[in-house]
Amino acid sequence: MVLAGIGAGLAAIGAGIGIGKIGGSAMDAIARQPEATSKIQTAMIIAAALIEGVALFAVVVALIAK
Amino acid sequence: MVIAKKSIKLITILVFALLPFFAIASDGGKSDENKEFNASELINDHIGDSHEFHIADWNGHPITFYLPVILWTDNGLTVFSSSKFHHDNSGEHLVEANGQEFVRHNEIIYYADKYETLKEEEKGAFNFGVRPLDFSITKLVFSMLMSALIILLLFSAVARSYKKNNKAPKGLAGFMEPLVTFVRDDIAIPNIGEKKYAKYMPYLLTIFFFIWINNLIGLIPFFPFSSNLTGNIFFTFVLSFITFLITSFSGNKDYWKHILTPPVPKALYPIMVPIEIIGIFTKPFALMIRLFANITAGHIIILSLISLIFIFKSVFIAPVSGAFVLFMSVLEMLVAALQAYVFTLLSALFIGQAVAEHDHDHAHDEHGHEVSDAEDVRGDFI
Repeated sequence: MVLAGIGAGLAAIGAGIGIGKIGGSAMDAIARQPEATSKIQTAMIIAAALIEGVALFAVVVALIAK
Repeated sequence: MVIAKKSIKLITILVFALLPFFAIASDGGKSDENKEFNASELINDHIGDSHEFHIADWNGHPITFYLPVILWTDNGLTVFSSSKFHHDNSGEHLVEANGQEFVRHNEIIYYADKYETLKEEEKGAFNFGVRPLDFSITKLVFSMLMSALIILLLFSAVARSYKKNNKAPKGLAGFMEPLVTFVRDDIAIPNIGEKKYAKYMPYLLTIFFFIWINNLIGLIPFFPFSSNLTGNIFFTFVLSFITFLITSFSGNKDYWKHILTPPVPKALYPIMVPIEIIGIFTKPFALMIRLFANITAGHIIILSLISLIFIFKSVFIAPVSGAFVLFMSVLEMLVAALQAYVFTLLSALFIGQAVAEHDHDHAHDEHGHEVSDAEDVRGDFI
């Protein structure tokens, strides 16, 4: 139970770093090219969804390991 | 503008008014006054499947919509109502039908005589030989049939309106056409290619709308909706298995050549070929887990936030957790569309890899080895 919690926490750290980097880069990109905001947002959301998927793999493993 | 403002207000009030139903609808009829509130039991009840559709509790009595139990037993087909189990889920209540006796434990139906011979830890687990084949219309099957009906009605209405109106689409068709052209122009054509996309459009459109509508149905917190269909691993398994079949059967010579004789030095074959073969299966496997985990996690988060009220047993937690639930519900509406999009996009990408013409898509250097382009690298990482 405790180990599953630690595993879920590690996955959250990884996903946090990943989504943070995407968000940061998207902010930079929007600041450079405000007219491309909508395209950048779409790409950002897709990339965030893919990273979230990886983090949720870990959640599933943690649920099973419980 | 006045109408728009009014309807937004109405929707907001409606959402807040319906929020409590989420908690009641998922309470599972087990919250006796003296019994400790068990959040994980409630959540497991909600995200799992069941033989009846529990709507609410009224004065301690559960209000339930009973669904038919259809079994293929040793004596042939057996059909009875799930009301015969009297909400028993611990293997104690015997149900007689078609000359046989059945018990139910953790939503699994057993032959009563064989159930008695099981060890204590085997009861309520998946085991074979001691239970009949279960083809029941369960909560999830019910909700799947309902969403199929919704999609059928929706799109046959749209198709009819195109038949008699050959000017710009109006009404429902005007709402659906941008979505359909979005799937075509932003998902199918860029990933599969101008020449071959048309053959795969029916499949891509079907999974896009089927997943999206089922995701949204899962977010509506009252009967006959609210079931966690796209968060069921068997459901997502079937969808990704269909993608796997389509990818494999439409794979051309180049696709299989890449897998069985990858363009690397011969010494690397013992490593590369197994990796490529495993890769055929991991791609649809990741599709399956991604949809399952995203939707199930969304439901778990929303129910956990509601459970906080009952864990703290305080009225003052309610507005806080209600606000969080509203936030999560709105976020989940985005996720519902996003996951349908991601599933369709990745299916199109895999199909596109399988049908890609070798000569047009890849550059070769002077030794005949491939120079991988960005598209290749993207496909490998997803």
